[in-house]
Amino acid sequence: MTEFFQQLINGLSVGSMYALIAIGYTLVYGVLRFINFAHSDVFMVGAFMGMYIGRTSSKSSIGGGLMVMAGAMVICALLGILIERFAYRPLRSRSKLTVLITAIGVSLFLENAGQLIFGPNPQPFPNIFPSHTFQYDQVVLSSKDLVVLVVAIVLMGGLQFLVLKTKIGTAMRAAAFNPQAASLMGININNVISFTFGLGSALAAAGGILWAYKFPKIDPLMGVMPGLTAFVAAVLGGIGNIPGAALGGLVIGIIETFVKGSRWSTWSEAIAFVLLILILLFRPAGLLGTLQPEKV
Amino acid sequence: MLEVKNLTVNYGAICALRGISLEVKQGDIVTLIGANGAGKTTTLRAISGLLRAQGGEVLYEGRNIANLPAHKIVELGLSHVPEGRMIFANLTVLENLMMGAYLQKDRRVIEQELEYVFGTFPRLKERQKQVAGTLSGGEQQMLAIGRALMSKPKFLMLDEPSLGIAPLLVKTIFEKIVEINRQQGISILLVEQNANLALEISRYGYVLETGRIILQDQSSALRQNPQVKSAYLGGV
Repeated sequence: MTEFFQQLINGLSVGSMYALIAIGYTLVYGVLRFINFAHSDVFMVGAFMGMYIGRTSSKSSIGGGLMVMAGAMVICALLGILIERFAYRPLRSRSKLTVLITAIGVSLFLENAGQLIFGPNPQPFPNIFPSHTFQYDQVVLSSKDLVVLVVAIVLMGGLQFLVLKTKIGTAMRAAAFNPQAASLMGININNVISFTFGLGSALAAAGGILWAYKFPKIDPLMGVMPGLTAFVAAVLGGIGNIPGAALGGLVIGIIETFVKGSRWSTWSEAIAFVLLILILLFRPAGLLGTLQPEKV
Repeated sequence: MLEVKNLTVNYGAICALRGISLEVKQGDIVTLIGANGAGKTTTLRAISGLLRAQGGEVLYEGRNIANLPAHKIVELGLSHVPEGRMIFANLTVLENLMMGAYLQKDRRVIEQELEYVFGTFPRLKERQKQVAGTLSGGEQQMLAIGRALMSKPKFLMLDEPSLGIAPLLVKTIFEKIVEINRQQGISILLVEQNANLALEISRYGYVLETGRIILQDQSSALRQNPQVKSAYLGGV
């Protein structure tokens, strides 16, 4: 039983990071109907920005850690907006496949630029939050998991508020449903799309920092696996659906962690894709998604 | 108020509008009738900026607005209720209306407009918390018109407001259109397949056929015109 709770905590912690990344995929899919494969590399850039900002102070404090996150989130939001503006927007009227291939190109560009600028070798990530261990019975809750969980919950709650209760959030939902009708309301679709990219990228940066804080070795290819897994999480939850992405992330994180702790541990990285195949076979709209009939 | 001069629109190699001209005066109701595929919807979409025009001018209050982006045109007070209503089915009725007032910064003005829309369409008030996709066709049309009114337009374009709606509601909606025109002084350009109704409430009408205006006259005269009668008014 102890082991079960221990693994559950680990799973929730990893899962909430997947959730943060998955939301970025789903947000962009919601307004533009394509998968931004460069998203996982924005996650990596977020971790590196966190490292550079975190190195400027040797003390670790909660406030300091939050500042590091805020800084990296702002930088990555700008990066996301730039990627959309210069790589995707010129191709807006082209087929989705063209944009998809461009996204893969941007992803490769960021990974290789990362190796050039940050260096190809793994680097240690500074301990930006104070560490402490809480123990209940045999179950250990490290401050790392606690930080990851709390930050992820706060960010996702904030996002949900933004999307459901604010004017720009409502405009995002309107534009996602029907961009033409949204423009007839006076909504500048380009601004909404930029905002969406900024938002998703900021969440990816937060995810990257949390990831680097929990697994403190970072390199320019660190985004590939978590990115793919989070993409699967977004599909699992129902692509385009924000609570779905969060749920998908948690489900995959927990299952993956339990598999890692079992005798099938070598399969842990494959399990996400097994889930992907199963969901596509039996519930292609995803856990929380609804299939929309294609209008003719 | 609105003057369209020699407007041309192509879809690829296909010519949808071959240089049409029309005019809507301040406070007027003008209708554009014609068969399916004549170019009625294309005309409205080109005026509101959803489509690029290849040639011609759209003068709104003396200014050429052809090829301005749609969100800039709304800002000038020109609102378009598109074909098929295009309500945001995933948002609530109230959220839809609030999106209509997207450009309005003044909360008081928004409140006033909301009150006016709810006064005009009490059904929307009853259903304001409901997700718009669950409304009936007629209610969705009311919502689409209400949403357009939320931007406090000076000029309103309606595309087939009677389409897919129960006959009883069609009558109500057309009465409301006249009321909006009379009470708020909003000029209206109405596109309709139901030519009878459209000519009844409008002052002036244009008949569109395969991208050209083939007839224009006072609506009352058009209703007596034998050509219009046989082609659009059911032949009697």
